[in-house]
This record gives sequence, C-alpha cells and structure tokens, in this order.
Amino acid sequence: MTANWANKRGVGAGALLAWAGLALLPLIGFITENTSFDYYMYMGQSMLIYAIAVLGLNLLIGFNGQISLGHSAFFALGAYTTAILMNFGGWPYWATLPVAAVVCFLAGLAFGFPALKLEGHYLALATFTLAIAMPQLLKYKAIAGWTGGVGGVLLDKPDPPEWTGLSADQFLYYLCLFCAMVLFWLVFNLLRGRSGRAIMAIRDHTMAASTMGIDIARYKTVAFGISAGITGIAGALSAITVAYVAPDSFTLQLSISFLVGLVVGGIASLPGCLIGGAFIVLVQNSAQSISDWMKGTFALRYDVPAWAIYGVLLLALMYVLPDGIAGGCARIRAWWTTRGRREAQ
Amino acid sequence: MAENATPLLSVRGVTLRFGGVVALDNVSFDVMPGQIAGLIGPNGAGKTTLFNCLSRLYQPSAGEITFEGQSVLAVPRHKIPMIGIGRTFQNVALFDRLTVLENVMVGRHSRTSAGFVENALRLPSVGREEAAVRVKALELIEFMNLTAFTDRVAAGLPFPIRKRVELARALAAEPKLLLLDEPAAGLNHDEVHTLEGQIRRVRDVQGVTVLLVEHHMSLVMSVSDKVVVVNFGRKIADGRPDEVRQNPDVIRAYLGTAA
Repeated sequence: MTANWANKRGVGAGALLAWAGLALLPLIGFITENTSFDYYMYMGQSMLIYAIAVLGLNLLIGFNGQISLGHSAFFALGAYTTAILMNFGGWPYWATLPVAAVVCFLAGLAFGFPALKLEGHYLALATFTLAIAMPQLLKYKAIAGWTGGVGGVLLDKPDPPEWTGLSADQFLYYLCLFCAMVLFWLVFNLLRGRSGRAIMAIRDHTMAASTMGIDIARYKTVAFGISAGITGIAGALSAITVAYVAPDSFTLQLSISFLVGLVVGGIASLPGCLIGGAFIVLVQNSAQSISDWMKGTFALRYDVPAWAIYGVLLLALMYVLPDGIAGGCARIRAWWTTRGRREAQ
Repeated sequence: MAENATPLLSVRGVTLRFGGVVALDNVSFDVMPGQIAGLIGPNGAGKTTLFNCLSRLYQPSAGEITFEGQSVLAVPRHKIPMIGIGRTFQNVALFDRLTVLENVMVGRHSRTSAGFVENALRLPSVGREEAAVRVKALELIEFMNLTAFTDRVAAGLPFPIRKRVELARALAAEPKLLLLDEPAAGLNHDEVHTLEGQIRRVRDVQGVTVLLVEHHMSLVMSVSDKVVVVNFGRKIADGRPDEVRQNPDVIRAYLGTAA
C-alpha cells in the first residue's frame, strides 16, 4: 500500500461506485421471493456496523500507531448510551447517535491521556483491562436500574417512515449505510489533510514529528477520542438494529473481532475497513456452515469445532495475504499494471 | 561579518549531566545571522547532545540558549519550528510510510493551522491551505533535485536521497536557523560535493543560517564561516576554519598527544 492513496486518481470514482452498489442492494428485496431476505439485510447491517467499528480502530492502530484491545468498551458505551436515552428519555433513535458519539469521544479522550505514557505492549495491556472491566461494570448493582444489570435493556425496533415502503430491516440497513458513508467521508478528509499527515507522522517517527511542530500529546489524545467516538456510533447502531443490549455482548472477544477485521481487511486502508466488517460477519457464520458440511459429508461422529475452522481460515488468509485483503488487491493491481506495461514494450 | 552584530543563536554556559556523566560542560558560542557554522569534535564529544538541547529534546542542567534574543528553553518542543529553528537527524528520521511529497508537506505543519474539524469537513479554507502547502513542498522538492521521487514512499529510497528529503522537509518550515546533524555521513565523494553546493544554496538562496555537526573535515572547513570545536563536552576552540585548524588543542584532540 502506498501512503498517497487519498490523492490517487480514481479513488473518488471507486468509492462512489462501491457505495452506490451497497445502496442498491436492499432494492433486491422488491424483486426477490426469498423469505430470508430480511435476514440478509440484518447481516448487511451487522457488516456495516462492524465496518464502522473497524474504521474507528484503524484510525487509531493503522494510522496513528496506538494499539487498542479495549474498543469493545467504547462500542458498549455507545450502545448503552443509546439504549438508556431511548428507554428512559424516550428519545428518538436518530437523536441518540450524536450523543453516543460525544460520550465515547470524551471517554476516549480521557483514556488517551494515560495512554500517552504507554506504548506498544503496555498500551495493549492497559486497553485490555478496559475490555474485561466493561461487562462487569455494566452489571454493577448500583447502576442496574439504568443498565438492566445482567439482563440488559430491550428496545423497540424503530419503524420505517410509511412513505418509504421499506421493511424495518431494509430501512435499518439504509440507516447504517448512511452513517457509514458520512463517517468514512469524514475520516477520509481528516486523513488526506494536515491532521492526517500529523497523525501518520507520529506513527512513523514520533520524535521527528515533534520537531516538525506537531503537538504529540494533543494529536494522540484527540485521535484516541475520535477513534472511540466512531466505534461508539457503531455501538449505538448495534443497539438500534438489534433492539437489545446486554453486558455479555461486549466482551474482549468483540475487541478481538474488530482487530481481526482490521488486520484481514488491511491495516491503514479505508476500503479494508468495509472488507473487514464483512469478513467478521461472513466468516464467523461460514465457519459454522463449514463445520456442519464436514460433519454431513464425511459422516463424522463429532462436530468439527467452528472456532478451529475459523482459526485455520484466518491463518491461511494471513499466510496468503500478509497485508490484508485490501493490501493484496493493491498488489495484484500493481502486478497487473506493470505486466501491461511490460507487454506493451 | 560585522563584529557588533547581534547573534541569531547564542549558547551560554550550557551544561548537561546524565547521572554522573557530564555530556556538556559550560559550552558557549554564538552563530551570526547568515553564517554557516560548523560544530566539530571527536566521537562522543557532545555535538548531537547540544543539537538535542537546541531542539528541546534534552533539557540542559544549567545555562541559557537564546534565539533572536528569546529564550529557547522557555519554548515547548513542538513550538521550536514556529520560532524558526529546523533540524535534520544523524540517522535520517523520515516518515517511512509516507511519500516524499507528504514528508515535505509534514514539514510545513508549523506554518499551517487547519484543525481536526476543518479537515474532517474539508472546508474551502482547508482546500486553499492544502494547495499552498503542496506548491511550497513541490518547490522544495525541485530545489533539492528530488522531483523524480515525489510520489515514492520514503521507506525504500537510497540513503543519499533520504538525506535530501529530510533537508527539504526541514526547509519547508522556512527556518531561520537550520541544524544539520552529520549531513555528509554515509555519502560518497561526489555526493558530499553536491551536498556542499546544496548547503551553500540553502544559505544563499533560502537565506537560512546553518549550524552543522560534521565529521567530514574537508566539507566543514570549506563550507563553514566559523567552526566550533568541542571535546569531552567542553568547547576547546572557536573561530575561522584556518584559525581552528592551527589550534594546538584541536590538533591534540584529533591526533592525540605525543607520548
């Protein structure tokens, strides 16, 4: 991956095409007879939500070089902010999104300060504690009146406006898509300008960045805040689309899923975030189907553990595409163009 | 250089201890505006340590450094380029995953102001500022003969090219004083010759005062208006290259004392 992706010709057209394709998908619902179409739409929502969460994490890890294993905590914070506002405040779902973003931004900013003193493995450990503490905190008795304790909070799925003629899941897909487009656009802008260069300069050489006049503390804490804010919006969307929040949905495993999506999609790649989001949903589902298929085809007595299949898939993928799917695509493209040039000579 | 002109940079009694080790011991010297000054001394003499004090990476235990009459030690590290001091590093500290153009554009950080919100929304003011930064960066890339490498990622570039990128990046902030830490290290004979021309052009064309740490004696002696010699953290000589070359203390520091 070259770093000047943002200024490459064709980036705008490619992005437009991809988003247009994603926007057309729900329309299949009007022509298909498939009864599980709404379920596919639900999967699409999950993919977009994971893509947003990975986008937040990528800004921090891929572009700023700060690692976090604690993003499940910010995801949870966003989800609960929405759940509590909708449940107790009677807020409309859409109005809770900016609040979730602000709450998580502030939480990320606050965590960014101690993170300044920590690097690499130490930061990984510190954020790890966030991830393991969050489900326990959400179950804490004193706040159970708000969070619903172990049982969590049930919400009402928002109804789509009458005039759209969309089903609830088609509508929520569009909601997720709209949020994803706005957030990807904002991050894209951020990264191609002065702030983005500063964020990446810190990743590549912190000391040199500071002698260029970059205020390291400010940029690192704000990057942490923005990253947490974006992941918080993903959490809020997940609360809205699932219509339910519970502490045990936001464990360390969720953080690891984000990390897997990030690495598989491509570190420091924006299209990679979308790919990573899709990967998280598809591969976790398909590992189960592969397990079922193996049991049936080979007449096995016992199930092949789905997580073992997931692990093998992941290993194989990392072996074939060490810089993620987006990185692999870029390499194939580079190979293709140089091949064309060689033949022309 | 007029004798009574005010110095651009004034180092007074700078001392720095690391535990029991005295890295710099009461070092004082001046650099006049428009000078090319060389800072030389055997390995471990404290040259880079002094540079690191000037760019606020280290805090001296005692002494004062003033730049245009203003105390440098009162300025936080990231504001140093704003007051007009730029530098390069001995080991070439580029942003490896950014392109040459982006590296030089980062060098312009201190002269620009667009914040997170303006950037995220890509306000018209950001577009204008970005365009100006790009023009300036491309100018410097051309000035340093790097045009062919503009869109190449810094990581894979040959060492001499990397050094030139670093110089272009430092110039992007339009410094009044440029600190060069061993610019000739790792360069071959021809490249050192080119570098000499570039350093002169930086002073003559860009109007930048230069302070360089260097081991390459013939380069220092031919390019410098003034040479400061340090050994074991102490200044042992200060003057015109031909004066310094004759100084018995300097000869002893470099060649050792006769038994």
